[in-house]
Amino acid sequence: MRGRPHLFTSYEGEQSLLPTWTQRVMLALFLVLLVTIPLQFVPGVQFLGSDSWLLVLNRVMIYAIGALGINILTGLAGQVSLGHAFFMGIGAYTAVVLGAPASDRFWGMGLPIWIWLPAAGIVAAIVGIIVAPTAVRVRGLYLAIVTLGLVFIGEHLFRNLTFITGGAGLGRDWPELAFRFWKEEEPLIDFSSRGPWFGIEFSGAAKTYFFMLVLLILFTLWHKNLARTRIGRAFQSIRDRDIAAEVMGVADAKNKLRAFAISSFFAGVAGALLGALVGRLVPETWNLLLSVQFVAIILIGGAGTTAGTLLGSFFVVAIPRMVEDLTRMLSVQVRTDGPFAWLGDFIIADQGDFGLVSTVANGPGLSIFQTNLALYGFLIIIFLIFEPLGLFGVWIRIRNYWKGWPFSY
Amino acid sequence: MTEPLLEVDDIRLSFKGVRAIDGVSFHVDEGELFAIIGPNGAGKTSIFNTINQVYVPQEGDIRWRGESLMGKRPDHIATLGIARTFQNIELFPHMTVLDNLMLGRHTQMSAGWFAGGLWLGRAKKEELENRSKVEDIIDFLEIESWRKYPVALLPYGIQKRVELGRALAMEPKLLLLDEPVAGMNLEETEDMARFILDIREELGIAMLLVEHDMGLVMDIADRVMVLDFGQKIAEGPPAQVQRNPEVIKAYLGEDFGVVAAGDDETLEASATE
Repeated sequence: MRGRPHLFTSYEGEQSLLPTWTQRVMLALFLVLLVTIPLQFVPGVQFLGSDSWLLVLNRVMIYAIGALGINILTGLAGQVSLGHAFFMGIGAYTAVVLGAPASDRFWGMGLPIWIWLPAAGIVAAIVGIIVAPTAVRVRGLYLAIVTLGLVFIGEHLFRNLTFITGGAGLGRDWPELAFRFWKEEEPLIDFSSRGPWFGIEFSGAAKTYFFMLVLLILFTLWHKNLARTRIGRAFQSIRDRDIAAEVMGVADAKNKLRAFAISSFFAGVAGALLGALVGRLVPETWNLLLSVQFVAIILIGGAGTTAGTLLGSFFVVAIPRMVEDLTRMLSVQVRTDGPFAWLGDFIIADQGDFGLVSTVANGPGLSIFQTNLALYGFLIIIFLIFEPLGLFGVWIRIRNYWKGWPFSY
Repeated sequence: MTEPLLEVDDIRLSFKGVRAIDGVSFHVDEGELFAIIGPNGAGKTSIFNTINQVYVPQEGDIRWRGESLMGKRPDHIATLGIARTFQNIELFPHMTVLDNLMLGRHTQMSAGWFAGGLWLGRAKKEELENRSKVEDIIDFLEIESWRKYPVALLPYGIQKRVELGRALAMEPKLLLLDEPVAGMNLEETEDMARFILDIREELGIAMLLVEHDMGLVMDIADRVMVLDFGQKIAEGPPAQVQRNPEVIKAYLGEDFGVVAAGDDETLEASATE
C-alpha cells in the first residue's frame, strides 16, 4: 500500500476525516505547534506565546466557535443570519446569571462552570427554536432583515435589564474560568490565573489558551462530523434547492429549525466564553457589528467549509492586531532610522509628510483603528469578487499547484 | 384485480384563470411503465407536482395504495416511496455526486444531529452501509469516474443520470421521470432508455414517464396517456394511441389529422399553402 495513498480498500478508510498519512502527520505537527505556542519553544512563532498575543489567540478561538455555529446556519443550511450577536448575548447573560455570585444589585447564582457553560448554549438554542418558526418562513435577504431585528430587540433588552446585564455602559463581572465541583472556595482547576501545572509555571492567558484549544477541537470535530452525515447533507440540500430537497424527503421547516438551534448553541457557548475571557462586558457588545464580523469570517474563510471558518476567524480577529503591531514597528523604524525606514516613510505619516497611517493622536492620515476598518472592508470586497471560496479556496489553489508541480498549468 | 399503486382521480388544478389540469384521471399499476405525453403546456409536469403535493389540486383525489395523498407534505410523500427526477435538473449543485446520492438515502437513514455530530458507532455504521448501497447505484448507472465531482461541473447528460441515481437511492416503489432524455443526442437517449428498461426489469419499480421523444415513449411504455390543454384526450397501449385521430390533431393540427387518416391530397394541399 505504500506509495499509493489514494488507494482505498474500504469505505471506512476513504470516509475517515484524514484519509491519507500526509494529512495525519501534518495535523499532528500542527497540533504539536499549537500546544507548544504558550511554552515559547517554537522559534518562528515565539511572539505568539507572549501574554498579549495569547489573549488575541484566545479571542480567535472563541470567535472560531461562534463562527462554526454561523457556518452551520449560513454556510451549510444557507440561511443568512445577522442575529448571531443576539444569540451570543443570550448565552453570555445565561452564563453570568448562573455563574456569577449574587449581589444586591445583580442576579447571580454562583454555580460552577460545568453548569453555566452548557446552559449558555442550551438556553441560546431554546431561544433559537422559539425564534426560528417566524424566521424560517422567509428566506435570503428577508431573513437577514428579520434576524437583524433580533439584534436591535436584544440590544434594547440588554441595556434595560440592568439586574442581569449591569446596564448600558457599565456591564458586570463574568464568572471566572475555573472548574469547581460545587461552590467551594478553591477551584479544582483554575484556567485564568498564574500558577504551576505539572510542575511548569503557566500564565493565566496560557492556561485559558489550553482550555479554549480543547473546546475548539471538540466543537470543530462535532461540526465536521455533522457536515458529513445525514443532517449536514440535509442542510446543504436545503441551501442548494429547497423544493427538490423536500421532494427527496428532507423536511424543510424542521431542518431549518434544527440549523437555527445548533447554530445558536454554538453562539451561546461562544458568548459565555467571551464574557468569561474579557471579564467584564457592556451590553453594547452584542451589536450589529459583531454579527457582521461573523458573516465576514465565513465569507473571508470560505462559506460551508470547516477549515475556512477557522482560518477566517484567525484572519478577522488577529490581522487587525498584526496591522497595529506592524505600523507601530514601522513608526519606530522611521524615528530611529532603522533598516525598514524607507517602508515606514512610505506608509507612516506622523510628521505630516507623505503617508497614509499615523500612530500619534490627531496626526495626519488615518488612525490605526480607521486603517483596520478600511482594510477589513477592502478585504471583504476583494474576496467576494476574486475568491468566493475564501481563504479555503486560496488554500486549495496553492495545494493543487504543488500537487501538479512541475506541471502546474 | 389488485389495487393500483397510484390512482389519480379527476383532479383539477388552476392558477388564477389558467386551468393547468382539468379533470384528469388515470392509474399506475405495480411494475408498470406508464407514459404521459402531450404538447407543451398540456399540464404534464403539473401532474407530477400534484402527486408530490408541491401543488395541491383544488378538486379530485390522489391515492397511494388506497390512501389519499391530499394535504400531505412533500417530504412525507417521499417516505412512502415516490421518487422523482425533474425536467430542468434539480440536483444540489455544490454537493458532490456521492453526497447527492447519499441525500437520496435521507429517508432510509435515521442518524440525528447529535449521533451524527459525534460520529457514534451507530451513525458511522449507517453511513458506511448506505455508502455501499449508493456505490451499487453508481455501478449500475456507470458514473464511477464522476463520484467526487461537484455536480455543477458535470456534463448535462451525466447530470441527468446522477439525478436518476438520486431518485433510485430512495428505493422507490414509483419513479416519476420528467423528461429524462430532453436535450440528449441519440446515443445518450439510448443509454437512458437502457437504464429505464433495466430499472423495470431488475428492480421492478413502476414508472411514470413524461417525455417528448415519441420514439422512446412508443418503444418502452406499457401504456400511454395523452394530454392537451389539461385534458386527457386518449389513453391506451402505444400502438393504439398513435392512431388516435384526436392525438394526431393535437400534435399536428386539424388538416394533418385528416392526412394521417389516409388522405394524400390534403397533404399536398397544405404543403403548397
